[in-house]
Amino acid sequence: MADHTNSVENSEKHEFYKKKHREQMKHQVVTFVMMIAFTLIAFGLVIAEVSAMFTIPIILVLAAVQVLFQLYYFMHMNEEGHQWPAVMIYSGIFAAVLTILALTTITWW
Amino acid sequence: MSTTANQKAGIGSVLWDYLTTVDHKKIAILYLIGGMFFFLVGGLQAMLIRIQLIVPENEFLSAQFYNEVLTMHGTTMIFLAAMPLLFALMNAVLPLQIGARDVAFPFVNALGFWLFFFGGIFLNISWFTGGAPDAGWTAYAPLSVFSEGHGVDYYSIGLQIAGFGTLMAGINFLVTVINMRAPGMTYMRMPLFTWTSFIASVLILFAFPALTVGLFLLTFDRLFGANFFNPDMGGNAIIWEHLFWIFGHPEVYILILPAFGVFSEVIPAFAKKRLFGYSSMVFATILIAFLGFMVWAHHMFTVGLGPIANSIFAVATMAIAVPTGIKIFNWLFTLWGGQIRMTSPMVFALGFIPTFTIGGMTGVMLASAAADFQYHDSYFVVAHFHYVIVGGVVLGIFAGLIYWWPKMFGTLLNEKLNHWFFWLFFIGFHLTFFLQHFLGLMGMPRRYWTYLEGQNLDLFNLISTIGAFFMAVGTLVFLYNVVKTQMKGEKVSGDPWDARTLEWSIPSPPPFYNFKQEPLVRGLDPLWIEKMQGNGKIQPAEPLGDIHMPNRSLTPFMISLGLFIAGFGIMYQGGMWVLAGIGFATTLGSMLYRSLKDDIGYHVHKEELEEEGDGSNG
Repeated sequence: MADHTNSVENSEKHEFYKKKHREQMKHQVVTFVMMIAFTLIAFGLVIAEVSAMFTIPIILVLAAVQVLFQLYYFMHMNEEGHQWPAVMIYSGIFAAVLTILALTTITWW
Repeated sequence: MSTTANQKAGIGSVLWDYLTTVDHKKIAILYLIGGMFFFLVGGLQAMLIRIQLIVPENEFLSAQFYNEVLTMHGTTMIFLAAMPLLFALMNAVLPLQIGARDVAFPFVNALGFWLFFFGGIFLNISWFTGGAPDAGWTAYAPLSVFSEGHGVDYYSIGLQIAGFGTLMAGINFLVTVINMRAPGMTYMRMPLFTWTSFIASVLILFAFPALTVGLFLLTFDRLFGANFFNPDMGGNAIIWEHLFWIFGHPEVYILILPAFGVFSEVIPAFAKKRLFGYSSMVFATILIAFLGFMVWAHHMFTVGLGPIANSIFAVATMAIAVPTGIKIFNWLFTLWGGQIRMTSPMVFALGFIPTFTIGGMTGVMLASAAADFQYHDSYFVVAHFHYVIVGGVVLGIFAGLIYWWPKMFGTLLNEKLNHWFFWLFFIGFHLTFFLQHFLGLMGMPRRYWTYLEGQNLDLFNLISTIGAFFMAVGTLVFLYNVVKTQMKGEKVSGDPWDARTLEWSIPSPPPFYNFKQEPLVRGLDPLWIEKMQGNGKIQPAEPLGDIHMPNRSLTPFMISLGLFIAGFGIMYQGGMWVLAGIGFATTLGSMLYRSLKDDIGYHVHKEELEEEGDGSNG
């Protein structure tokens, strides 16, 4: 009896993880394709010699989104148990951005 | 591994034991010895400064030697005394407070200590090789770049080595708190000392890289012909000030937060009440850390950043008074209606509250950018930061040392002598520094080696020096107390203060594996809960089993020694380059050895543990 319920539970678990992995795989493929597209767009803008005022911000935004894709989908930050790495990464980004912002505005500008 | 084997250890084996230890409790003792040594060195320098200023136009020290003593007093006290003494407390009790058997990375913990130790020794060797650093503890460029001799090179390389150690210690405590908490020890059940040490470690993680970068730039400017701080070559001297204070301001919170934590442990224990407003204390700690990163430019109001930048940083600085005020009131409300016991740690805590409040108040005065143009670089600033650092950090360190002394050594310091120490130190402190507020307002600039007669500065300087002697005598009383107590060696129980937190539930000093069985934590102040609702003993969360322990290792010592030797090669260059080769070979070789050799530790077996009692504080 006990064995029976266990095996039922196990197969349910198995199904659950199978589904989860399939979903994960889908996400990874989608983000991978999008990252390739982003790279092509960035290169395309430069090759097409679009105005630098337009190209530079676009490339920076694309880069930021790519970093987030990388962290969340490929390095699994979207899963449970990654709150501390997230807090630390964002605090680090906060400290670094603050430093650079202050130096650019009050020293280098 | 039986305890009797250690009974008659010779001096050689004790030395070997400490050179190779990875046990957090022994590393705490190493930090304590190292920090205390440098505290006395820094104190001696303080006495030289005060003797020089006892009368106008004194010739006790030469101007150059005064600059060196002044620079080294600040550098030593911050980097080599206050930080290691706080690390001593963190190492001694933080793992015990969360019910861990060691820190997350025992090897890295030892490495952190030895890097600090060799960095400190490196810095102080400068006294014997033609002059110590003389550009102030802040080493502002361009003065630090053009300072003659090798003094400032000792500063930049020595602090670089010590800084690596601090960074490693900080990361270690972060991982320890996140991963090593006992069952039931949720974040909001952690003792405040653990919380503040945790937040201080976050600050270390984000602030020390700025110092590392700054020191590298300074080293390259001085030794390798770089021009980072040279405006003629496209550099910028102000960059150093920014980098230094981006590190330097969080640094003062790195120092004060653990001290706040100590008081948050001492006050509830001796008021026999749980801490008032626990969650607001945690919140205030995080808020102080957050704000601590956006106030550094208040050290630079007179640099010429412009009115907008000055205003932003002034407002941000004043905002820090809010979370700090929350803490002060929470301590007062904890005292309110408590059954107060006037033990010596409690007296330190009670002395701290008004002293620190005065320091905080002058801090708000200094934060007002317009007024700061008057106070800047005067003795008012000196008085302010000694009120917060001595009145906050140093009183906190001594309160913590006296409070946790039984946990570290199994003995209790003599209470009567502790009270003598407190009153001598406390009265001496206020004599020394209270009048310096007025010396500053009367126009006495800081860092000058002498002053002229007939400017009404004579009397206050004399009184200030007399106060410094009171502090020195107080410290000697403490040292005498330590020697006397350890010579007598009278053991006390595991819980001599009738305290509340987990570290008091095990014997003093704890066995090397700390907890025989992982403790089950049922709430905030777990030991107190068991005293009130249970049988006074912490319930185990696991059956008795084998304990996995790390092996001892000399490698941390060798890695640090290598960097120490390499430092001389980089500094003196020429034929001395060979030292850099030897040093880096030692460091990298030791790291390679560590990486290639599988060291999986050992197990203490269940049978051995069963012979040693139940592991409780009895």
